[in-house]
Amino acid sequence: MSKRESTRYTLLFATAVCVVCALLVSVAAVTLQPRQAASARLYMEKNVLLAAGLLEPGANVTAADVNRIFDERIKVRLVDLATGELVPPDRMDARSYDQRKARGDPTMSRVAPANNAGIGRLPNYAVAYFIMKGDQVDQIVIAVEGLGMWGTIYGFLALDRDGNTVRGLTYYDQKETPGLGGEIGNPKWQALWHGRKGFDDQWNARITVIKGQAGTPEADPLRVDGLSGATVTSNAITRLMQFWLSDKGYGKFLKRFREGKVT
Amino acid sequence: MAAIPFSREDRKALVDPLIINNPIGVQVLGICSALAVTTRMDKALVMGIGVTLVTALANLAVSLVRNYTPGSIRIIVQLSIIASLVIVFDQILKATLYELSLELSVFVGLIITNCIVMGRAEGYAMQNPPLRSFWDGIGNGLGYALVLMLVALARELLGAGKIFGFTVLPLVTDGGWYVPNGLMLLAPSALFVIGLLIWALRVWKPQLQEKD
Repeated sequence: MSKRESTRYTLLFATAVCVVCALLVSVAAVTLQPRQAASARLYMEKNVLLAAGLLEPGANVTAADVNRIFDERIKVRLVDLATGELVPPDRMDARSYDQRKARGDPTMSRVAPANNAGIGRLPNYAVAYFIMKGDQVDQIVIAVEGLGMWGTIYGFLALDRDGNTVRGLTYYDQKETPGLGGEIGNPKWQALWHGRKGFDDQWNARITVIKGQAGTPEADPLRVDGLSGATVTSNAITRLMQFWLSDKGYGKFLKRFREGKVT
Repeated sequence: MAAIPFSREDRKALVDPLIINNPIGVQVLGICSALAVTTRMDKALVMGIGVTLVTALANLAVSLVRNYTPGSIRIIVQLSIIASLVIVFDQILKATLYELSLELSVFVGLIITNCIVMGRAEGYAMQNPPLRSFWDGIGNGLGYALVLMLVALARELLGAGKIFGFTVLPLVTDGGWYVPNGLMLLAPSALFVIGLLIWALRVWKPQLQEKD
């Protein structure tokens, strides 16, 4: 048996290959991480603009464009979910706040109240984007998330200044089945939400994705067309929307906003 | 400029896989990803670049250590090298073209199992010197990319009326005249297109036809 085929040599060679490959992969992962995080953040902020209708779907924009729109039109604030009050801007920087990271941090989050949206932990503070028109608030964009068919769905919901009428929504991170549940990412389906209401007359969060077709937003404001072949995803969307609009989520804040107590 | 040795053999390794020994058209390897990523030309281009880089660098690395690799573990050594390169490529993609990476990530991971990469490493790089193996990798990657782009051209143009996302045939839904062929956006159409391509290639180069 030649030296190259001995067990000792084989083990040594395998170890060397593993070490070299591991080094290559870790160096790449560590050095590229900041750029990846920046890209992911830009993508998320782009989706805030998409939800608010400040960008067209498919538009090509750079980080500079997004920053300019944020500077001109958007005030980013944090909401204390327990009270519905805004966190003073000098206490925490809202734009750089990472809600998904905070949710996993025991000092920044708590166990979520019982819910059917698959939400285990709730951050103490949640982000709210005030879309301004001149000095007036034109829309409020809130962050929503919940368990879908294959993983957590993350998105943004834009509400009119009445705190009720949907102006737009996006899902920027989801693992639903492409072509079925994945259609929640389709701008055509998202457009069906425009003009629907989040709440009923008693201010209960009632917006529901139904099976089949809903009527026009005027005639049928609390229901949205379901996605055929994607019952689990459709139900997940209903649950996560109702959760974040209810008092467990942004409900208290939205109530204060409607009553003009938020400035 | 220092002269990099580039012999007739090297040239053959680089040029042959483009047409006469094309990995998809002649060797019929890597069909699975050719179905998945050819709905749009930008996807096909990125995938083609990825496979070219991975095949070339994997061939180079495998060839460099070929005289030291124990035969009993050579396949797993090749796989480790290929997998590492693919992960690095995926990381680079995430850092630079984030939105495209969201759509492509699944398929980029699958480059690891792309038969072309493994086939060239085991079938060519294990027997040939590093530089020539590198050219062979580039050639095979480009041959793969070429077919991918052709298939994507047919699918994007006929299925969505676009080339690289730019509208060429205005769709009826947007007030134009072209009724898109929805089948072209589904996987089976890639099989038809590849089949037609292989047919055309064999008519053009009769030496590829086997004798019955």
